[in-house]
Amino acid sequence: MTVYSATAGQQRWQFEDLKTLLAKATPLRSGDCLAGLAAGSARERVAAQIALADLPLKIFLNEQVIPPEIDEVSRLIVDSHDPVAFAPISHLTVGDFRNWLLSDKATSDSLKQLSPGLTPEMVAAVSKLMRVQDLILVASKCRNETAFRNSLGGKGVLSTRLQPNHPVDDPAGVAASILDGLMYGSGDAVIGINPATDNYAAVTELLKMLDDIIQHYEIPTQSCVLTHVTNQIEAINRGVPIDLVFQSIAGTQAANESFGINLALLAEANQAARELNRGSVGNNVMYFETGQGSALSANAHHGVDQQTCEVRAYGVARHFDPLLVNTVVGFIGPEYLYDGKQIIRAGLEDHFCGKLLGLPMGCDICYTNHAEADQDDMDMLLTQMAVAGINFIMGIPGGDDIMLNYQTTSFHDALYIREVLGLRSAPEFEHWLQQVGITQPSGKLAARMPEQFSGLLKAL
Amino acid sequence: MNELKKIDSDTVTENSWASLRRYTDARIAQGRSGVSLPTQALLAFQMDHASARDAVHIALQTEPLIEALKTAGYDSLVLQSRANDRSEYLQRPDLGRRLNQQAVATLEAYRQQHSEPVQVSLVIADGLSSMAVQSHAAAVAAAVLSRLESRGLSIGPVAIVTQGRVAVGDEVGERLGAQLLILLVGERPGLSSPDSLGIYYTYQPKVGLTDVRRNCISNVRPAGMSIDAASEKLLWLIDESMRLGCSGVALKDQSVSSAGVDSHKNFLLP
Repeated sequence: MTVYSATAGQQRWQFEDLKTLLAKATPLRSGDCLAGLAAGSARERVAAQIALADLPLKIFLNEQVIPPEIDEVSRLIVDSHDPVAFAPISHLTVGDFRNWLLSDKATSDSLKQLSPGLTPEMVAAVSKLMRVQDLILVASKCRNETAFRNSLGGKGVLSTRLQPNHPVDDPAGVAASILDGLMYGSGDAVIGINPATDNYAAVTELLKMLDDIIQHYEIPTQSCVLTHVTNQIEAINRGVPIDLVFQSIAGTQAANESFGINLALLAEANQAARELNRGSVGNNVMYFETGQGSALSANAHHGVDQQTCEVRAYGVARHFDPLLVNTVVGFIGPEYLYDGKQIIRAGLEDHFCGKLLGLPMGCDICYTNHAEADQDDMDMLLTQMAVAGINFIMGIPGGDDIMLNYQTTSFHDALYIREVLGLRSAPEFEHWLQQVGITQPSGKLAARMPEQFSGLLKAL
Repeated sequence: MNELKKIDSDTVTENSWASLRRYTDARIAQGRSGVSLPTQALLAFQMDHASARDAVHIALQTEPLIEALKTAGYDSLVLQSRANDRSEYLQRPDLGRRLNQQAVATLEAYRQQHSEPVQVSLVIADGLSSMAVQSHAAAVAAAVLSRLESRGLSIGPVAIVTQGRVAVGDEVGERLGAQLLILLVGERPGLSSPDSLGIYYTYQPKVGLTDVRRNCISNVRPAGMSIDAASEKLLWLIDESMRLGCSGVALKDQSVSSAGVDSHKNFLLP
């Protein structure tokens, strides 16, 4: 195994293998400290970045951070690498690759062609050398468009997942949040519920309810109930209406096993949902969620830093052509991302890395009440993410998830950033909002609720 | 959630669907100033966040909990995880998942003094909301244990673990030689629900198991899932798990009812 080193002044640092080098080069975060993988000093961190910058990208094809013999994610990464796509940058070091990405050579088109030639570890490596503005600039060049009942990820489009969670899945309580969201123009990425339990009967009721609402009002969007993938396969087999199949995924086989999944199961779910052909303008059917720290949390990280593990999860995701990939960045808690600063950097890294690997990245811009973060931190991340061209964010009444007990972006937040940056909803959904009178022809919200909906309230 | 004061201003667009708040604690119909949150709603949110932040750091008072359990007829042991204080607990989840040396000694002493086998072990951990544990863990424990007793199962002492995370229950269960492990834990406090209790269930608990082997019932609190509904659901899971010999993902929750929950019809459809 190669030893990597860097010298600064009189001091020389050595890094015993690739995963150690990657870990030590990672900007400070509590999860790597918890795992005992973080650099021991600020100077050691920069020394690792200097050593990493000198590393030829080809090394990542020869040395795997987790042996393929024991990890199917590594096997997927090795087996799916496209050497032809890699050719244009195959002579570069990691440091040169950063320069290349920032240069005019990296365009929307050239980045799209390059994507299959990149491994998750290459992308993780270059992100560790980048400042926030680099992460934003390069990501903003990527355009990863997907479609189901509407078209997501187009230029100037920022979509939202309407997340109408309720502590006991009460149908009227869920409906109240859906109505609130629709009246604020939310829900073009998906209307997606985190159910209070994995109870099959309850999950089925929610699936039917969402499908009925979408069909009744002819809303050009898709539904999802975020239960375990095995529940959704069973639902498909029993004829329950499923638009998108959700699953949390991670970047190692062992972490995925802790979620009760493997690649074969994801493939089975993807195929089953695609065969339903429920999309009207596209057939991307998977909705994945990820987040730094999940592998460590399952004690399944193999000594690999949490950001590299996260990008490996994107290596899993891209294999299944998802409609949506959502990094739930601040949900995991302060033991992995301690404060607003760490959450913001991690979110931008995730978005950049996912975009470079070709994924339709969104972000649950969020924090928990035991993290050192607040609404101001979320405003900063939201603004930066939108400048970076994020595909979608969450939308929840007042930003307060009363079921999952954390704070994410509100319906108002999405409108704020659309107004500041001139962004819009998915075109089909935008058309629907105007048609039913939720928005005015100018695109601004109407002052009054459309009669179609206010009539419902009178009947209550 | 705090009541929003009436806003006397023609710059704020109010929402006509505030009546729907009877169905949910979600912050719906807040109105808007331009596209942004009106001042009163903003400040209400900030106060709720401040309260939740404060709640995370309040320590669990074990004495009243012991008393409440005793009144219900259950003995308890007070244990601590390897995390010494809240700050260490928040940054080192590994320490919160294991018992400290003194706790291990306490459990060993208990086993030496009690030769009869323990089938069910119930553990109460403070988790991230001591408020949840303080206000209804004893009542949930009593509701669950009385139902299990009526099935003829032998019950061990209730273990109260401070600075404890979910996985610490498995160590308690294993050290007591229990077949079934029930853990009550304070969940992450939400802005509108600082008092939410979670119930985790493991069949044949042992150190090192992951969530794939656990079943979870979340959001047990007066304004969420009722104690009776949660207990019924847990008992269904326990019966199924004893029949199948497993817990977790392999055990699908296909219980039909949500007993005790008054559900309201979806008003968006005819």
